[in-house]
Amino acid sequence: MSGVLVVAETRRRELRDISFELITAGLGLVQQGAERLIVAVVTEDAPEAARSLSVRGVQEIVTIAAPVEHPQSAVSEQALEALIADLEPDIILLGQTVDGLGFGGSVAARQQLGFAADVVAVELDSGVPVARCSAYGDRFTACVEFPEHDCVLAMIRPGSHEPATDAHEVPIRELIVDFDPARVANTEHVAFRDPEVGDVDITRSDFLLSIGRGVRERDQLERLARLAANLGATLTVSRPLVDAGWAPASLQVGQSGKVVKPKVYLALGISGAMQHLAGMANAETIIAVNTDPQAPIFTVADYGAVVDLFEVVAALEARVDG
Amino acid sequence: MARPERRGSVKIVVPVKQVAVIDDEVELNEAGTGIDLDSVDSTLNEWDTFSVEAALQLRDASGGGEVITVTVGDARASEGLLTCLAMGADRAVRVWDDDLGQTDALGTARILVPVVEREDPDLILCGVQSSDWRSGATGAALAGLTGRPHVAVVTKIELDDTVLTVERELEGGLIEVVRIAPPALLTVQTGLNQPRYANFRARKLARQKPMETLSLGQLSIDQMAVQAIAGSRVSTLAPAESGSQAEMIVGDAHVVAERIVAVLKEKIGTTL
Repeated sequence: MSGVLVVAETRRRELRDISFELITAGLGLVQQGAERLIVAVVTEDAPEAARSLSVRGVQEIVTIAAPVEHPQSAVSEQALEALIADLEPDIILLGQTVDGLGFGGSVAARQQLGFAADVVAVELDSGVPVARCSAYGDRFTACVEFPEHDCVLAMIRPGSHEPATDAHEVPIRELIVDFDPARVANTEHVAFRDPEVGDVDITRSDFLLSIGRGVRERDQLERLARLAANLGATLTVSRPLVDAGWAPASLQVGQSGKVVKPKVYLALGISGAMQHLAGMANAETIIAVNTDPQAPIFTVADYGAVVDLFEVVAALEARVDG
Repeated sequence: MARPERRGSVKIVVPVKQVAVIDDEVELNEAGTGIDLDSVDSTLNEWDTFSVEAALQLRDASGGGEVITVTVGDARASEGLLTCLAMGADRAVRVWDDDLGQTDALGTARILVPVVEREDPDLILCGVQSSDWRSGATGAALAGLTGRPHVAVVTKIELDDTVLTVERELEGGLIEVVRIAPPALLTVQTGLNQPRYANFRARKLARQKPMETLSLGQLSIDQMAVQAIAGSRVSTLAPAESGSQAEMIVGDAHVVAERIVAVLKEKIGTTL
């Protein structure tokens, strides 16, 4: 056992929360017998990032200087390949994030690593790594093994682990990587564009009436907006309605939209994909109405009802109008 | 694109997947390692409807070229390919071997490699993920194995003669604009277009289009090579423990509405 490698994630020079969640997952493996936990970070501002990553239980922080500002997946790939050669880890933990999706699969395929994605837990079973993965929209859980692989790369779902916070001095080492300039130049950052600000700031409302795919018909949106207004709620949506062009992205709740924490979140016709739950699970009170009793939204709801949303809408309209 | 001999036309390979539609009828297979595919319907993966549409739009905007859709799957997967052809893809390739057994995203990517090498496209468009396992890894693995530059989670594609500029969607709705050198691979996110609907007539006509079925042997793929690269093996699949703490409201819609009104009154003082 030579140990666990966590690859931290940065954006615009800032460490992302997933980095500290991965450290928690790594520390769990050390508790179960993994030899050591090493955290690596590829960034333009390595010393600052390394200091922030210094958490109790981490043996070493390895920094790699990014060859360009805002590095793309080609940089992450080469950095991870260099780290594998240098450290020979048994287990590598990356985030199942947009950046993680950019290079986890390619390195795993090229290096013939054991591989599991959307992992919610990784453990050692008699010293051998096993992973628990979500499948079929969180309706099933898979136990995954990695026979005949000496090194396993697990892509950890954001939010599945609490972030590690216990700051502690950790030795820092720089690893010099000889990046292939042609490969680096093939994908080039041009610009960032911040999300457009809508007329309504949905993060400031105490009461969100949120609608999803269950609405089925675009014509119903006006009616639901009217109901929201009459109830004193702000109307929000899940991703499919934005994808369909029915609602602006500024009203979207979820991982690629806004994270909201209202006092009441009334979800009508939202099944509750992981990406949506990531944006609303911390609401104080969640009421979910869905025709599918297995819908994952019920796993985070305080109150649930298995009934057609439009029947509930009609009953609420009667109350409001009456 | 980058290759002068193809200027003005673009050749795009679109790997797709036929996925199970999970409903109450779903059953597990005998080994308890997957679902019994005979117990459910299947459909073209939602993300792949967007990648196919994106490919068709790029082909048509370039004034020519070809969209080849490819899948790894048994006979059920032909239905998904037929959907792609009915949408407007030019031809389809299905790779399968009954002996293939359990594989994963990396194994699938390995099988796709010789198809990509044979077709030598300017662009490969994959969906970000499939709705069943949501690994989001097949595209990146295929790019890695074929040595192509790649960008994940793309929401906009602009292609002129030699320059491919894309937008990728980061967490929180942040957009990053990236320039990438073709021949490249992109994984596309839902919402980047409105996939066209293939009606019955289009599906019927699509049956006239070329659909090729290849075995691993015909692609000179050693099954051991696929097994060696497959990164994982599912030992058990089980229904997720719901962990639901929700108080389920029993009764008709009026009972539900009354309860919602009561909760609103208690939590935020709404009076109706």
